[in-house]
Amino acid sequence: MNLKHIVRSLAVAGFALAAALPAHADKTVLNVYTALETDQLKAYQEAFNKSHPDIEIKWTRDSTGIITAKLLAEKAKPAADVIMGVAASSMVVFDREKMLQPYAPANLKALNPRFRSAGATPTWVGMDVWGAAICYNVAEMQKQGLPRIESWKDLLKPEFKGKIVMPNPNSSGTGFLDVTAWLQMFGEKAGWDYMDKLHENIAVYTHSGSKPCVMAGAGEFPVGIAFEYRANTVRAKGAPIDIIFPKEGLGWDMESIAIVKGTAKLEAAKKLSDWATTREANELYAKNFAVVAMPGIATRLKYVPADYEQRLVKNDFEWMGKNRDAILAEWQKRYSTKSEPKK
Amino acid sequence: MKVAGLSTLPPGRRATFSERLGGPLLLLAAVALAIFLLLPLGALLLGAIRDDAGAFGLARFAEFAATPGMATAVWNTLWVALAVTAITVPLAFVYAYAIERACLPLRGLWRIIGLSALLGPSLVGAIAFIQWFGTQGVLKAWLGETSVYGPVGIVMATVYASFPHALMILVVALATADGRLYEAADALSASRWRKFVTVTLPGARYGLISAALVVFAYSVSEFGIPKVIGGNFQVLAVEIYVQVVGQHNFGRGAVVALLLLLPVLLAFVIDWHLQRRQQSGLTARAVPYRPRPDWRRDLPLLFYCLLLTTAMLGVLGMAAYTSLVRFWPYNLELSLDHYVYGLAEAGVLDAWLNSLRIAGLTALLGTPFVFFTAWLLEKGQGGPAGLRPLVRALAALPMGVPGLVLGIGYILFFNGPDNPLNGLYHTLTIMVIATIVHFYTPCHLTAVTALKGIDREFEAVSASLKVSPFVTLWRVTLPVCLPAVLEIARYLFINAMTTVSALVFLYSPETLPASVAILNLDEAGELGPAAAMATLIVLTSATISLLYSLVTHLLFRRHQAWRQGQR
Repeated sequence: MNLKHIVRSLAVAGFALAAALPAHADKTVLNVYTALETDQLKAYQEAFNKSHPDIEIKWTRDSTGIITAKLLAEKAKPAADVIMGVAASSMVVFDREKMLQPYAPANLKALNPRFRSAGATPTWVGMDVWGAAICYNVAEMQKQGLPRIESWKDLLKPEFKGKIVMPNPNSSGTGFLDVTAWLQMFGEKAGWDYMDKLHENIAVYTHSGSKPCVMAGAGEFPVGIAFEYRANTVRAKGAPIDIIFPKEGLGWDMESIAIVKGTAKLEAAKKLSDWATTREANELYAKNFAVVAMPGIATRLKYVPADYEQRLVKNDFEWMGKNRDAILAEWQKRYSTKSEPKK
Repeated sequence: MKVAGLSTLPPGRRATFSERLGGPLLLLAAVALAIFLLLPLGALLLGAIRDDAGAFGLARFAEFAATPGMATAVWNTLWVALAVTAITVPLAFVYAYAIERACLPLRGLWRIIGLSALLGPSLVGAIAFIQWFGTQGVLKAWLGETSVYGPVGIVMATVYASFPHALMILVVALATADGRLYEAADALSASRWRKFVTVTLPGARYGLISAALVVFAYSVSEFGIPKVIGGNFQVLAVEIYVQVVGQHNFGRGAVVALLLLLPVLLAFVIDWHLQRRQQSGLTARAVPYRPRPDWRRDLPLLFYCLLLTTAMLGVLGMAAYTSLVRFWPYNLELSLDHYVYGLAEAGVLDAWLNSLRIAGLTALLGTPFVFFTAWLLEKGQGGPAGLRPLVRALAALPMGVPGLVLGIGYILFFNGPDNPLNGLYHTLTIMVIATIVHFYTPCHLTAVTALKGIDREFEAVSASLKVSPFVTLWRVTLPVCLPAVLEIARYLFINAMTTVSALVFLYSPETLPASVAILNLDEAGELGPAAAMATLIVLTSATISLLYSLVTHLLFRRHQAWRQGQR
């Protein structure tokens, strides 16, 4: 082996690496910002590409809080063409900032009228509802002799000290819908009082809405405040959890789609928006969520009760959007500075 | 040092064209380093002292100081780093002592296992410690009532991750000693302990200080570990991430980054000063110290090595085991599910390919650049006065700049709308460049050491034979320095494969590297797939290291036979 050989083989390796870079065909590339779960993206994208092979979706995925911050930060020079699968409460914020392009998707009339923004031409359209659920590890419950959970208030019992995980509302949309539901259900003062006491029992605040349920499923912490899609998948994987829907009512938000104002790819963006309101798309949503925008689609998640929709709290997106900053700042002030982990 | 700038030309002959090329080429290298190192740091400084309206001032710092919890984060960062230093350095010192100053069997094996943490991202330790000491961990009882999520977990995982860095320095520090000192001590019938305190420790003091500073800096700027295992324990490095990635508050991120940069930079300036003073440690008359077998010293040290290597293999093993268990902790059946469904089916395996690409390109582009620049610096001539000291300083600076800080500097600089290099933002290229710059200093030092080992007579002779210096470089210098060149390539490859800190700010959805993918998987709670990805990275680095040993072995037989006498 001499020097020339080494140089040559290194060069060959280099070209092989460079050739392995993905080749881009002649397609319209659509930048879509999303907070959808990674395991849902693939099915949506494949179904969309079946009818629109000429449009390539480039996902930028992160949790709701982070995607929202990113979109707000890029307000002056948006990189996104479409926002898909992001909370309606965030859409309200974007709408107030005049960042959204009003558009009535082809199938708008077929949707439940609650699943759209107000006004003649909607700026955002809902896809499905995602709502709160508690994952409770029954194996650990028995082992550690923990009490049953039926209501949100049950989580305040001293036995749960250091046993509960919940998402941080600043980064997670699931965390935000929990906090806003408590504030709307219990009232402002009682809501913060509730969270003060709950804080005493929280072991860790996570950044994603999925992690608490996954951790509960693995018995790392027995109680995870999460949402029904993740609860259902974790349960289906064989984790020893009960999914609990507290009796006071469940916080929820709406995954929705909107076109970013000023996008250079308006036509492609409209096509995605149209597709997102089709029956086909709604049937895909229904595989993940109990309540979807199109009425009459049978949606039975194995571990979610049939009357799920009736258990949701009354929700005011305008209020959530308008007070988003103030609520998050208050939460941050109260709970993020106390940094010592609880035993 | 002085010789470097002097002409090697025979008197009375004018430099040829190719000889005069050296200056401008070195200038080009300096410009490249300035663009990709100095300007991003400048942008960072500007970002910190300019408010949103563009006015200069310390408003951002005041705002930062007033933020609740920031004082706690500063204090936490500091005491954790001190604790990590206080634990890691003695642990690594005794380990290095066992390798260098005792007569242990399987010395090479202890050394390799001692350095094994370098093969994976720092997150490997964090994941493994969660599995060992978490709520479902086998060894949970060892921690009593304390949760692993918090300072305890951070300290353990950081000690694990920084151990090889300290070990490398201390092994070198203990490798050479003046045997006459020990003979004198024996003649004075000094006790074992007295010899250790009065001869061994002072001899290794620079290495000890250097190791302590490196570990301290590592701990201060480490971000993946507290993110994964830190629970709600706030530290500065994570705070930067939250500000920049979570809230897109680049100004605040820049302030925190500066706070992080200062202690690290200071540590390296102190270290650099001490290194310069160290030069006169060994004199020409020194007799190399050779340890003699002594079971009273060797047996406990052997036991110590066994203990530590068991712990280190336990960490790597737990990561690999986690990646194979079907559903921790309820179904301990082994399967490849996490690899197949968690990575390949979920589309995350592309991240591993991305990392291979980044690491391959970093090694292929970085190695020639580093070596050629070092060659121009050491063997070339010409160029404006002050150029050489400037390049030396630029090459030394990256050591004192944490990856996170570099990453934010890159965002602020390259994402500026007026920057003509704006097109680089979010590309694979910028990630490769950032990685080369981040790990520049050790590579540069390796190249310089190798080049300094070659007599300048070669250049003088070829100059008088009117052979172009580039031909000499290709025919003589490069073949002689080949081991160093390969070492640089290997170092760049493995670090590009495992680093998180700079890249976490620079990736786009298509260029997501494997190490950052681990972070994202962990954030979704997917510890199994995260461990699978970590295992893949460790296997890749191990393969490359093996390949490297094989190639160097062959090379030594064929090309470097002349070294036999020296070794």
